[in-house]
Amino acid sequence: MLRLLGHRLLQLIPTIFILSLIIFSLQHLLPGDPALALAGENPDPETVAAIRARYGLDQPIFMQYLYWVGGVLTGDLGLSMRHNLPVTTLVLQKLPVTLQLAIMGIVLALVFGVVGGVIAAVRRNTSIDYAANVVSLAGISVPNFWLGIMLILLFSIQLRWLPASGYVPLSVDWRMNLATTVMPAFVLGTAIAGIIMRHTRSAMIQALESDYVRTARAKGLSPTVVVVKHAMRNALTPIITLGALEFGALLSGAVLTEQIFAIPGFGKLIVDAVFTRDYAVVQGVVLVTALFYITLNLLADIGYILANPRLRS
Amino acid sequence: MKKPFILALMTGVALTSVALAPAQAQNAGSLLNIALQDDPDTLDPATNWSFVGRHVLQQLCDKIVDINENNEIVPMLATDWNWNEDSTQLTLSIRQDAKFHDGTPVNAEAVKYNLERALTLETSRRASEISAIDNVEVIDEFTVQINLSEPSVPLLAALTDRAGMIISPAAGEEMGENFTNNPVCSGPYEFVQRVPQDFIELQKFADYHDADDYSFDRLIFRGMPDSNTRLLNLRSGQFDLIERLAATDVASVNDDPDLVSSPVVGLGYYGITINIGGDGADPDFSTSQAVREAFSLAIDREAINQVVFEGQFAVGNQPFPPTSPFYNHDLPVQPRDVEAAKALMAEAGVEQIDLELLVPTDAERQQVATLVQSMVAEVGINVDIRPTELMTLLDTARNGNFEAHLVGWSGRVDPDLNITPMLACEAAGNDAHYCSEELETILTEARAIGDMAQRQAIYAEAVEKLLTDLPIVYLYHSQWIFAHDADLEGFNPFPDGIIRLGGVTMAE
Repeated sequence: MLRLLGHRLLQLIPTIFILSLIIFSLQHLLPGDPALALAGENPDPETVAAIRARYGLDQPIFMQYLYWVGGVLTGDLGLSMRHNLPVTTLVLQKLPVTLQLAIMGIVLALVFGVVGGVIAAVRRNTSIDYAANVVSLAGISVPNFWLGIMLILLFSIQLRWLPASGYVPLSVDWRMNLATTVMPAFVLGTAIAGIIMRHTRSAMIQALESDYVRTARAKGLSPTVVVVKHAMRNALTPIITLGALEFGALLSGAVLTEQIFAIPGFGKLIVDAVFTRDYAVVQGVVLVTALFYITLNLLADIGYILANPRLRS
Repeated sequence: MKKPFILALMTGVALTSVALAPAQAQNAGSLLNIALQDDPDTLDPATNWSFVGRHVLQQLCDKIVDINENNEIVPMLATDWNWNEDSTQLTLSIRQDAKFHDGTPVNAEAVKYNLERALTLETSRRASEISAIDNVEVIDEFTVQINLSEPSVPLLAALTDRAGMIISPAAGEEMGENFTNNPVCSGPYEFVQRVPQDFIELQKFADYHDADDYSFDRLIFRGMPDSNTRLLNLRSGQFDLIERLAATDVASVNDDPDLVSSPVVGLGYYGITINIGGDGADPDFSTSQAVREAFSLAIDREAINQVVFEGQFAVGNQPFPPTSPFYNHDLPVQPRDVEAAKALMAEAGVEQIDLELLVPTDAERQQVATLVQSMVAEVGINVDIRPTELMTLLDTARNGNFEAHLVGWSGRVDPDLNITPMLACEAAGNDAHYCSEELETILTEARAIGDMAQRQAIYAEAVEKLLTDLPIVYLYHSQWIFAHDADLEGFNPFPDGIIRLGGVTMAE
């Protein structure tokens, strides 16, 4: 078990190295001079040159890479050219926001997706099943920005229940925090809920038709116990994998949703950074997100090993 | 089956009621919520480069001079100013009751410190705007004399923007490059906090010399790139004032009794810059004035304004909008004339020619480009539209590797700064790589003239030259369109598009 874990950890080293190379070179392949982007409308060449020197952009590209990697190894992700702040500070500031939205989104998705999927499977080919199908398809196909705008129109303009935009940290005011995040989390959650609902439905149908469920029914167990304790437990394994994958995607930032609700998370940070060629920020955010993915993957691997003794050998 | 339904319903109601109270409480107090198009960059007037940053800086930092609604230069920190005879010396009298937010006084030394800082700071974005300054002399505590290396009347206009913003020398020295994270100036509002890419909070500066004119205790600025989202937030009451309303939304705002739209024609222009002297120039366009004129004549500017901007913008053919005192009314916008354009093409000896047009990726300019494409096709010019991300476009243009682009210029108070930075022979922003000795002479002469009538006459000559050579085919002038809560009273838009809050109040 320990050897297997050690092996997995060792594999991470070349992965992260290749990852850092890809992040760095892709970013530098983008056309457009970052110094020009930062020099403002109609800059003079001296200013551009000064900015280039200030941020080390006049150094050969491999030196820039070495400086960056050297910094990363010591926990320094560089300096944001736009904000004049360390990238580490910006990442730490945005991470809780993105994390909170991702958690809320995935919880909403799991609750609606699993419940809806199970009901649809149990009531297969009834009007409830058709309705659940329509809802899940709508969840998948409705674009985030449209749904976001509709929610704002309803809850912020017509009913005036929720603020249309902004973000208040949990530590400042938990009620305002909930009020500002419930709509974006709902938008993020619906698309995933649709996918989860469809997967749960088919997995549940398969489970409900299997022999052990028939046996459980034959034993005279109540329908709820059969569905919840027997069928669902088995059907949910692939759903958890799916949920973990979708959660990983949410962590890279929900660009459109964050723009619509003016949520200061990773998505907004990276989009602005790409447009202003704020290299250090793009590299930092992509790296942190990628590390999250890798860690989640590793945790999933460990989880499987723990859950399934056959994998331990 | 009913249980989960009831549970979900109850959760929903509970969530809503939790949210309801704070959402309403937020509107209390004399707080003004402003939505900008973007999150500002630095809050240091010497290094700031984004347009939205100017909205925040205007509240934080008083300038040497300002403009009024008619684009005339008016006193701000300088109560009075005088030029010497050959426009090489500008003497400023500084007001004696102004204080910085840290309590130190605004005086001639502070003005000297700021101008020198803007000229020498390594990453200053102001150096080119005030490069005419040779040195700054303190005459007495409240009088300062700026000596120029060459005559430059436009310098005063540069001082109506960030180059004229005066920061506290004590704070500037103490904080160095970190000034942007805690700016200290002498404006009506002082800095409270900033969460990058979230919001900027300012509070009223109690010792401001004209504090009574400013009714809001706090200001919150937030960046929201999408104009539709800004409008939705205004409608929801989340914001009281938004900038850059889309022209297509003006009608719906005007139909809403709770909202008011407030437009003003800006100082800048949009036009098609044609590469004349750069490496990538199209030979037909760069060598033949007749072809450029045919291109200009084939465009129906009014149609563009009606189709893309719902008639909200101003059509144009010069570097300044028709509302400018420097607009040459002897050379008005010509109506589209396909026959005349075809005749010019024949005169140039060409029938069918191609032109690659680089266009930034925003929807409006893409639409403009498509209209231009179909209009000029009728005279035998085949435009190939290349949507290009702005930074890439500017990079390409600076190097001269393009045939034409549709970019534009946000505009300045002085007419010189709508021409020289783009069309003077050695200008860094001369994408057209155009150079005319005649124009250079006119512009140099104009910079030494302070008298308004004489300036109008000489810039009329410059415009005539530009309309003959056509390195830039000017198309239209955008409006700065603000929208605000109908209860917000006294708000006036200024031609530079910057929010000013003096005299603005919220009705009870």
